[in-house]
Amino acid sequence: MAGYFTNILSGTKSLLVGLSITQKEFFKKPVTLQYPWESLEMTPRYRGHIQLIKDPETGSHKCISCGMCQRGCPSNCITIHSEKQEGVKGKVLVKYELDFTKCSLCGQCIENCKPSAIEFSKEYNLASTRKEDFHYDLLKRLKEQK
Amino acid sequence: MDLGINVIEMLLYLVAIIGFAAINAAYLVWVERKGAGHIQRRTGPKEVGPYGLLQPLADGAKLMSKQLIIPAGVDKPLFMVAPLLAMVPAVMIFVTIPFSENLVARDINIGLLVIFAFASVNVLSLLMGGWASRNKYAVISAARAVSQNVAYEIPLLVMTITIVLVSGSLNLREIVFSQAGAFWHWNWLPTNGNFLGPITFIMFFICYLAETNRAPFDLGEAESELIAGFHTEYGSMGFGLFFMGEYANIVIGSALIVILFLGGWYSPFPEVVPFLGSAGVWWFLLKMYLLIWLVVLIRWTFPRVTLWSLLNLSWKILIPFSLFNLLASAGLVKFLG
Repeated sequence: MAGYFTNILSGTKSLLVGLSITQKEFFKKPVTLQYPWESLEMTPRYRGHIQLIKDPETGSHKCISCGMCQRGCPSNCITIHSEKQEGVKGKVLVKYELDFTKCSLCGQCIENCKPSAIEFSKEYNLASTRKEDFHYDLLKRLKEQK
Repeated sequence: MDLGINVIEMLLYLVAIIGFAAINAAYLVWVERKGAGHIQRRTGPKEVGPYGLLQPLADGAKLMSKQLIIPAGVDKPLFMVAPLLAMVPAVMIFVTIPFSENLVARDINIGLLVIFAFASVNVLSLLMGGWASRNKYAVISAARAVSQNVAYEIPLLVMTITIVLVSGSLNLREIVFSQAGAFWHWNWLPTNGNFLGPITFIMFFICYLAETNRAPFDLGEAESELIAGFHTEYGSMGFGLFFMGEYANIVIGSALIVILFLGGWYSPFPEVVPFLGSAGVWWFLLKMYLLIWLVVLIRWTFPRVTLWSLLNLSWKILIPFSLFNLLASAGLVKFLG
């Protein structure tokens, strides 16, 4: 019989402890993120689709159109268009096509790039109903970023 | 002439009461969602209006503009009447509740009896809704709700009789008048002369949680097992009325506890304290909303009990204890009072 009442008392106490815990949590700040309005900074090693790095000295890209990324790509998703221009040494990049629907983010193109002209972007808000939306022109993208 | 004034007066009461019930029910949903959010470290509703304050109105507009679907094979008249039976008695009960000394729509001599008479209709609406839906889950839920409500109505009423014995009246105003003064004069503490006050208070509170089908006793609409229980088949305003009725019942239950145990509109401070010591409707509302907050907090703290332990609690503990409590209180009133 003594166990009966101590049981009731300890049970009541644990109920009150539970209530006080939820009440304390109520006054704490929410930990959730209001996604469309706020978003987390992506981690440094996150792999989005590749992008051309902007060279702070020239304000343009560093690509020399050697085509090593295109050759190294196991999924054939990179196509480089370049041309000779008057008075410029070497070839000039006119279009850097990336078919992101086929890319597996292996990073071979970045490994192959001698002048370190490309990197992984932090782009993760990608959604569309048409696959053509994932055929990027990275050169155009770089220019639009300015 | 006299009749005209009476009719206008009655209409005003009606509008005020329905408005109070509806606004409270709607904004309790907001409090519930916001409270649940913050307890779980989320923000809760925040998009519609500042702090999501217009969310209940948006919900109401949405519910009202939806099509009222009547599934094939339902018992149509019962199916249509059930949601009304959930809301109408809840509004009726507000008529008798004295919010302050003079703020009461109808001061009925047997107000307490009226409240319990109308409150018991709620079970009927759950049963009708569940049965008429022709849905397995709804029927299971209705059976659960009825067994639960029958089990808890008994100790609830016995406890109410205890309070009636102590205060000597069925009139809600008289019951509050018998607790006049600061908080140690109220029925919930033994200092009122009734040594069993705290036990009665706690048991009444438990029964009230079970009667309003609130967590941890929300077996009637156990979302995880029975989808939503008796209102599974209801959409649009049918569901809305069930929902409003449920929240209106919480308001009524809290108001009843304030009247029976927490001194109604009296201030918890002695009357000599300036400003805070004066009685008034604000004290009633403050106590009522604190109790409602406690109910919300309980819902988001404790897990749901199983059906057998729920019924065991009532038949094996609450009913014997409440009967003993009644006898002991009667003895106290007889020999000490």
